[in-house]
Amino acid sequence: MLENLLFGKLTLDAIPFHTPIIMGAAVFMGLVIAISLGLITYYRKWHYLWTEWLTTVDHKKIGVMYLLLSGVMLLRGFSDAILMRSQQALAAGTHTGYLPPEHYNQIFTAHGVIMIFFVAMPMMFALLNMAIPLQIGARDVAYPYLNSLSFWLTFVGAMLCNVSLVIGDFAAVGWLAYPPLSELYYSPSVGVDYYIWSLQIAGVGTLLGGINFIATIMKMRCPGMTLMRMPVFVWSTLCAMILVALSFPILTVALGLLELDRFFGMHFFTEFAGGNVMLYVNLIWAWGHPEVYILILPAFGVFSEVVATFSQKKLFGYTTMVYALAIITFLSFIVWLHHFFTMGAGADVNAFFGITTMIIAIPTGVKVFNWLFTMYKGRIILSTPMLWVTAFFTTFVIGGMTGVMMAVPPVDFQVHNSLFLVAHFHNVIIGGVLFGYFAGVIFWFPKAFGFKLDEKWGRRAFIWWVVGFYLAFMPLYVLGLSGVMRRTQHYDNLSYQPYFIVAALGAVCILFGIMSQIIQVYVSFRDRKALRDITGDPWNAGTLEWSMASPAPLYNFAVLPTVTGLDQFWIDKENQLTTGRVNPQNIDYQPIHMPRNTGAGFIIAIFAGVMGFGLVWHMLIPGLIGFVGMILTGIIKTFNTDTDYYIDAETVKRTELAHFMEVAACTTK
Amino acid sequence: MHNEVTVMDEHHHDNDATDVFGFWLYIMTDCILFGSLFATFLVLNYQGMLPSTLKSHINLRVVLLETFLLLASNFTYCLAMLDLYKQKIFRTQVWLGMTFLLGGSFVFIEVREFIQLAAEGFRWDLNGSASSFFTLVGTHGLHVSCGLLWILVMILQLPKLKGSHIANRRMTYLGLFWNFLDIVWIFVFTIVYLLGAM
Repeated sequence: MLENLLFGKLTLDAIPFHTPIIMGAAVFMGLVIAISLGLITYYRKWHYLWTEWLTTVDHKKIGVMYLLLSGVMLLRGFSDAILMRSQQALAAGTHTGYLPPEHYNQIFTAHGVIMIFFVAMPMMFALLNMAIPLQIGARDVAYPYLNSLSFWLTFVGAMLCNVSLVIGDFAAVGWLAYPPLSELYYSPSVGVDYYIWSLQIAGVGTLLGGINFIATIMKMRCPGMTLMRMPVFVWSTLCAMILVALSFPILTVALGLLELDRFFGMHFFTEFAGGNVMLYVNLIWAWGHPEVYILILPAFGVFSEVVATFSQKKLFGYTTMVYALAIITFLSFIVWLHHFFTMGAGADVNAFFGITTMIIAIPTGVKVFNWLFTMYKGRIILSTPMLWVTAFFTTFVIGGMTGVMMAVPPVDFQVHNSLFLVAHFHNVIIGGVLFGYFAGVIFWFPKAFGFKLDEKWGRRAFIWWVVGFYLAFMPLYVLGLSGVMRRTQHYDNLSYQPYFIVAALGAVCILFGIMSQIIQVYVSFRDRKALRDITGDPWNAGTLEWSMASPAPLYNFAVLPTVTGLDQFWIDKENQLTTGRVNPQNIDYQPIHMPRNTGAGFIIAIFAGVMGFGLVWHMLIPGLIGFVGMILTGIIKTFNTDTDYYIDAETVKRTELAHFMEVAACTTK
Repeated sequence: MHNEVTVMDEHHHDNDATDVFGFWLYIMTDCILFGSLFATFLVLNYQGMLPSTLKSHINLRVVLLETFLLLASNFTYCLAMLDLYKQKIFRTQVWLGMTFLLGGSFVFIEVREFIQLAAEGFRWDLNGSASSFFTLVGTHGLHVSCGLLWILVMILQLPKLKGSHIANRRMTYLGLFWNFLDIVWIFVFTIVYLLGAM
């Protein structure tokens, strides 16, 4: 009895000792963890780790941690991609490949879940944390403690998903886990439960992050920054975060109902007992469609910043840009049904959703033309961020056009669930979201770390990625049109094989791209002195985040700026041509109010992980410990009212002066 | 010195407005959560589905009692707020205690109702309609239970926070939350119980 309460369904059999690939990965992960823990102990960095990172509420550091999480999970998600591509390149005719169907199903599920939730979302929040408070002239986000909690919940969700690799299995039901396949009857193992709990925990983190950034943008802008003076990245973030706040509760409900079906034997989605599977599909896409816009809108924001900066010219059509964003935000909520035209809703309903989907192409087109017109007669500098933008233009437009094709219901009936669809959404997610985030990471990297990324390896990464992308996904369009379905583990028709081999080669090119990026980070770190960003304004950009030292000081702005127009920093620099820079000696600084670090976010998230793991395995005692621990930590935190402190004016002056002197020394040289 | 004080006050003032705004945002997300559950309930109790057996199990008198308990708890909470504004901490605690008793009775009656329904054979694993009933009403009950825990913590904390802006802010949050649950209950009462009993 006690054993059951403690361990639930968990036994040693849950660890797949007989599967070499998984055990190899497990040993590798174990080694990496052991080595990092060993190094931390050897260099006595535990205290540093705890005080500077695990308990930090500084948005800049949280941004860095999001970036790290996203990078690590990208490697995991990409290994899944390589496995799938090689399996499909091999498994034609009599050859069955090397991945059994059950394992293959887990791999494509994990690939989708990881890439969306644990690569794209963390990378988005990394950019938001790195840039948003600085762009609006704020000293932090609205709720710094909540920000740390958001990150750690996302982190724990990702780790729960990783644990499933070694202990038990992951869902084998596709990334959205449609019932009835995901119901207990068809998926009796713990895979779907891992899926549900890792997404629930990460999803709560995202929702809190969304609330945090809406409040930050609405309430924390510096004097003079009216809504229509916000940089477009801030606008795009605001729109994306409104989508988060409106749609993530629906995800929580959809996954919650599925879990209730599985855990308590309820009948939300069992047709024979008065349930309705299409209810799940509707709910999940009522979240899922806004979700893709949550990902792409900040990327649009990045493009707007990068295009303007690297054309050395104000963004063309700021107002139309903002309206286009707002319209996309609205429209994204009335198109979800285009994901299942084949449901059989009838011609009227399908026509409505088909037309609303096609309409989205209009504001998106407005944006693309605005970017092009920004470049027109600009002084274009083809640095790596700008290169990603140029690749984005063509790639995203192709993806957008295949999207409009599939918005036509009769066409969709033909290509529904085929590789054509897979090619389409990779086309927009890689060519739009990922390229945009890469551009953003390179763009804001100096602000976060104090040095620029190496250009040479950046270009190599760029070329491998772009070539790899086209090689990997263009064949899938052809295959999709010839009728190959997605999630195929094996096919008989040998004439498909060449296309799959080309696609696999594309994946290898992307592998080289990722390796180049890793080398790029290493080389840049090695040469960080030469790549040091002394002025804090490496790109001659126009927004406020570049007006301070790199990396940004703890308090961001020594004196809160006052904004008089768009691209305030360009205005300031113009004025400085006549007045010169103000010496910090002559400024009367005030003490700056700062939030204290707190470990509560980290501890709550760890308890959430314990609870999630406990519930996955029906281990009631650990589940209860996690649940009660979360609530108790939260309550104990509220008894601590000593949550802030002041940085005195002397320290501020010293820091500002150091930066001023460094810049002065650099310019006289 | 004088300067520093102004800076501090200004900051806290701003902070409170921002914080309450954020709590409103949270309430709206919760609204969507309940909205999805209501939609689920309506879909699974649609006339085309299996005939709902909910009707024969509803005891409207009990539900009416629950409704009055919850509405009364809202009233006592408002009285607690009024006393807090007058800095009468003990009276605030007493009114919070009343709120807790009323809310607690609500949850007690609801749990009893659930147990009774299950005993009569209307269990959550009976069919989709029953599942959606227990989930919707149960989620509301869970929220009320969280609110009760929060009220207890608040009663304990008030003496410590006495006179600080934090007390006002937290009571504002709790008030928003408690009011919100009342409003959700009105919808539960109407859509689940009144329409369900017809």
